[in-house]
Amino acid sequence: METVLNMLQDPNVQWVLLGTILLGIASGVIGSFALLRKQSLLGDAMAHAALPGICIAFLLYGAKSMSWFLIGASISGLIGTYCIQAIIKHSRIKEDTAIGLVLSVFFGFGIVLLTYIQQNGSGNQAGLDSFIFGQAAAIVGLDVQIISVIAFVLIFITFILFKELKLITFDPQFAQGIGLPVKWLNGLLMTMIVGAVVIGLQAVGVILMAAMLITPAITARYWTERLDYMVVLAGIVGGVSGVVGTLLSTLSRGMPTGPLIILAATLLFLFSLLFGTKKGILPKMVKQWKVKRLITRENVLSSLYELSETTLKESEGKEMGSYSFQQVVELRPVSSLMLLAVIKELKKEGLLAEEQANKQLMLTEKGLELAHEIVLKNRLLDMYLMFESKFPVSNWREGSMDLLNGPKEIIDELRALLKDFGREPNGLFLYKKKRKLGNKGFHSAVEGSEG
Amino acid sequence: MSYEGWIILTGSLVGITCGLTGCFLILRRMAMLADAISHTVLLGIVGAYLVSNSLDGIYMFAGALVVGLLTAFFIQLLHSSGVQSDAAIGVVFTSLFALGVILVSLYAGRIHLDVDHALMGEIAFVPWDTLTIAGIDVGPRAVWMLGAVLIINLAIILLFYKELKICSFDPEMALAIGIPVMFMHYLLMGMLSITTVASFDSVGAILVVAMLIAPGASAYLLTDKLSIMLLLSAGIGVASAVLGYYAASLFNVSISGMMASMAGILFILTFFLSPKHGLVMKWFFRRSLSKESNGLQ
Repeated sequence: METVLNMLQDPNVQWVLLGTILLGIASGVIGSFALLRKQSLLGDAMAHAALPGICIAFLLYGAKSMSWFLIGASISGLIGTYCIQAIIKHSRIKEDTAIGLVLSVFFGFGIVLLTYIQQNGSGNQAGLDSFIFGQAAAIVGLDVQIISVIAFVLIFITFILFKELKLITFDPQFAQGIGLPVKWLNGLLMTMIVGAVVIGLQAVGVILMAAMLITPAITARYWTERLDYMVVLAGIVGGVSGVVGTLLSTLSRGMPTGPLIILAATLLFLFSLLFGTKKGILPKMVKQWKVKRLITRENVLSSLYELSETTLKESEGKEMGSYSFQQVVELRPVSSLMLLAVIKELKKEGLLAEEQANKQLMLTEKGLELAHEIVLKNRLLDMYLMFESKFPVSNWREGSMDLLNGPKEIIDELRALLKDFGREPNGLFLYKKKRKLGNKGFHSAVEGSEG
Repeated sequence: MSYEGWIILTGSLVGITCGLTGCFLILRRMAMLADAISHTVLLGIVGAYLVSNSLDGIYMFAGALVVGLLTAFFIQLLHSSGVQSDAAIGVVFTSLFALGVILVSLYAGRIHLDVDHALMGEIAFVPWDTLTIAGIDVGPRAVWMLGAVLIINLAIILLFYKELKICSFDPEMALAIGIPVMFMHYLLMGMLSITTVASFDSVGAILVVAMLIAPGASAYLLTDKLSIMLLLSAGIGVASAVLGYYAASLFNVSISGMMASMAGILFILTFFLSPKHGLVMKWFFRRSLSKESNGLQ
């Protein structure tokens, strides 16, 4: 811990840290758009394609210079992107092949130039190959200033044009329709991706730069479904990975920074994959389990209600009867583990009573009321589905299908249908008649139970 | 055989092996999986080294095969859990590759493996690393390795030609007539892994992608028949290797890099000049068509 604190006081380390944080934020923000536009691997191609640009910049300028490298890298990255699009447009070659082709051929050419420089170059060319894996420790003050300026510009443009970028990401046709310069905006976004790639080359390197665009964005995707939150979150994830990776790499000598930053981001990704609130595996499982439990609960109640209904009818409302687990499961199969848990829960809520002696289950009065509601709802739904074409399309059909909250006239019609088919649930009515709770008509008793 | 001869032979073997495998990847739109697996093979080799403590061919193959199949499996897993396929590829291969690089750096003292070498390969050293059987020098180890992989790949392609073909062009139909599509997928991924690891020594992990994709892509623009495409792709692979070698010795630069560049140049030539799908032919066709229609008016 102390070494970390000591390190943090080193101005050089501070520069490096600032650089990787800004880089992480910018690439996370831009990467979100690339990801949603399904262009994540384009970033990979751009990063690889930047290598020959760096070498040519060195050959032309004759010395190492961050700004010339950036210009060279951007130009060859953009040429690579253009090549990919031209190949897709003018031949039958598909996107993935075009990306792989450009990526590998440009990288190969970059290696050729690199060896050419190493053999024939004059002056100090050492460290040029640090662009392949990145060496954050090599970043100095001036580099950080350049990185910061570009990162700020990228974030600023995203902020200003957020609405437009959002539109061309999700609905390019509509954007075209309302007269946005879609082609121009696409080009701008492409240039922004190149920008993010280029400033990352020194810290993360050519090969792994793609991960800086993809991993933070996909991590953020597990926590939110809104683009604005996603962009912010991806920026944070990128920044945090940058810090962690850089600190680890400065702690240990000879460790390349790029892979460590990527590994930090990957750990965050794995955490989100498991626990992410929107799409994470565990929350999804919990949700599924909850739904399953709810269905089991409704199934058990409905089965008991139907059994009681028969008994009440046969005994003319004198007794409800009690039933074994077997009978309940026979009517609607449920898994035994879930059944036990649900029965325990129902007993706790006072909806169910169990005769300890012979393990028979029976509904309580409260349970009967609730079960009545569930059965009524399901039977109304059956009727609705049988005569779906009779009813006008309406909003309440979407989503919950809660028929009891639907429009009154439809429910009345469905009730009439239920009566015609003799499927009206009347267990509760018979029970109440026995208890002399309602001496009104049959229908009013059923009406009264709504609520 | 001369020093030069061995290098050209090695390069040609890489060209044929990669060219054949690459065709299926292109047709199945899985070219980026080649990129992914060629990166993660590094982890397989490092892992195999750490486990077995030797850089023997067979361990490297086993490690690469395992990690290659794992890569394909992870990508499939993420994809089926709702991650779009390009992002799934990107996340999986970068993280496994990063892990490989970190392991190499951690055990840099112990491991006889240099990341630059692993990525860019050094075909120039291939002829010196020879294999001796019963005291007789039988030639470079890489040639034997590539030869073995080529035979395995050829055997797989000949045995499962029909299945691979149907899976490439119409996966739904393949599924409907009872071809084990998933098995074919992993078979192809296995082929890809061993091809990558065999070529790894000579052209390096990243440049193998060029040899996998570029010849196949050029062949795809030249023909509509799979059998001819395979032959053409292998031929273009050999041509890139031979041309690459001479160009590299002319300029005294990286041989593997030059081979990749040559594969790219050959692709550019086909892209413009292919008799069927080339840009120039298309342009001529369009012009003659418009002349004809002008004549009609």
